[in-house]
Amino acid sequence: MKTSTLIIRTPEGIVFSQLLAGPVSRFFAWFIDQLCIQVALLALVTIMGFMGIFSPGIAIAFLVIGWFVISIGYGIFFEWSWRGQTIGKRLFRLRVVDVEGMRLQFNQIVVRNLLRFVDQLPVFYFVGGVTCWLNSKCQRLGDLAANTIVIRSPKIHEPDLDQALAGKFNSLRQFPHLVARLRQNVSPAEANVALQAILRRDEFEPAARVEMFNNLAAHFRAKVEFPAEATDGVADEQYLRNIVDVLYRTRVENKIEQAAAV
Amino acid sequence: MIVDLPRFITNERPFWNELEKMLNHIEAEPNVRLSLQQLQLFHQLYERTAAGLARITTFSSEPEVRRYLENLVSRAYSEIHETREKQRRFFPLEWFLYTLPRTFRRHAGAFYLSVAITIAGCMFGGGAIALDPGSKQVLMPFPGLLQDPAERVREEEHAKSDRLKGFKTTFSAELMTHNIKIAILTLALGMSWGLGTILMLFYNGVMLGAVAIDYIRAGEAKFLLGWLMPHGVIEIPAILIAGQAGLMLAAAMIGRGSRLALRARLRAISPDVTTLIFGVGLLLVWAGFIEAFLSQYHEPVIPYDAKIGFGCIELFLLFAFLSRSGRQDKPDGGPLPK
Repeated sequence: MKTSTLIIRTPEGIVFSQLLAGPVSRFFAWFIDQLCIQVALLALVTIMGFMGIFSPGIAIAFLVIGWFVISIGYGIFFEWSWRGQTIGKRLFRLRVVDVEGMRLQFNQIVVRNLLRFVDQLPVFYFVGGVTCWLNSKCQRLGDLAANTIVIRSPKIHEPDLDQALAGKFNSLRQFPHLVARLRQNVSPAEANVALQAILRRDEFEPAARVEMFNNLAAHFRAKVEFPAEATDGVADEQYLRNIVDVLYRTRVENKIEQAAAV
Repeated sequence: MIVDLPRFITNERPFWNELEKMLNHIEAEPNVRLSLQQLQLFHQLYERTAAGLARITTFSSEPEVRRYLENLVSRAYSEIHETREKQRRFFPLEWFLYTLPRTFRRHAGAFYLSVAITIAGCMFGGGAIALDPGSKQVLMPFPGLLQDPAERVREEEHAKSDRLKGFKTTFSAELMTHNIKIAILTLALGMSWGLGTILMLFYNGVMLGAVAIDYIRAGEAKFLLGWLMPHGVIEIPAILIAGQAGLMLAAAMIGRGSRLALRARLRAISPDVTTLIFGVGLLLVWAGFIEAFLSQYHEPVIPYDAKIGFGCIELFLLFAFLSRSGRQDKPDGGPLPK
């Protein structure tokens, strides 16, 4: 089955996932890399143009060899120097890694780059694209041979929790057992959607915003049904703020638990 | 387990930063040797970060923090649990004299198969030209080869000027890059369960056989040897070795007789495939140089016997290199590279 993540379980029992890069983001990264290669070739042509004044034969020979080396060596050089990244991949936060989470070895980089010769057949990476599309880990033939995958490597972002702070009174907190069930039922991705909706509320047109909060509130209401006294008279947006509050803010609960323990 | 996220991040972040710093250091310097204390610290930081990841995974918020930790843990995991031989500093001479020939011999079966396919192609191409000389245009779609051999020999031997004058270096560079591209393609097509590699080797054999029989029928065998041998005795084995690497890939894809999974089979041959294709690249650079600077000159400029003799010496040296080099231990007594 095709998924967007690769799950790896360590001998210590820790499970971590790698976000697999899709064909589209890889295509854009490849496009940027092609532009970089063209720029490098242009620079080479210019330099050899000057050299050609003194010795045209040697200048053309260097141009032919340089062209070949840059076209083939670009990916190998950058992926080795930048631990699995080229300029395009760095721009799109993509990285080549070993399929089992091991250290990327030089021979893996060479194999995956040389097999581009087959992946790009007959034109525009058709073979590689189709293989990537069909493969559960989105690997082209070069990745299959080299045991590599391309992942998206995100950067840490601390959400501005204060902006998401709900009103002083949150009616949902009156039902801690339902809140606990809500936390259990809501996936990180769903929680993030709710948070982002609140953080970016001003970016939406009023009508679209109302519709979006309506849909999201309905989605979270279906997750856990709170009693009528907690939800009656609460607008959809406020309901979502309350949801985000109980999902992201646990300090109050901890304090209550500590007080109860004392 | 539900955690107090802000406090958790505040408390743990110094350890994450320390781990990230160590990881950056290790990854930037492949040959770095950590002291025992550094290793203990590294392992401790890994375990602490992994524990943090385990805690935050149960928390339904902060996917960004979770991904960041997963990234750290995965990088540290790859350093700690890597069981393959750590990559050492690259020594070109050691690689050339030991690693390359030993790798070639380790997969000699694939090379012999590569030779057999090419010979089959030669026989087919040669037989087709012998039986139907009109098939030349189909078998050799290159204008330079379509000319009547006797006519070409006459032209070459009576040439008043050097037609490659001023272009030898360019011609040599074009030959090198073209042949290396063909070699890489032959290797890469191994991923088609070997079908593409077999077709490439067979087609190369067809052209070689057709050209050979064409010249022999015209009574120009000596010219043919003088023309092809100086570069061909290196270039043809190089393509055969590329075919050998392609067939290794194909064998790993098919996995007949192996209990290993596809991934493990491909992982096992990947270093050897890389070694062979770099060796092929070196051979083809030499062949391109010889083809442009020597092979294109014929009698009376260079006697055919001298060219054929040169080709024989090259062939002998290549054979000796591939069959004998790296059999003994290294002079420093160190272990032989795999």
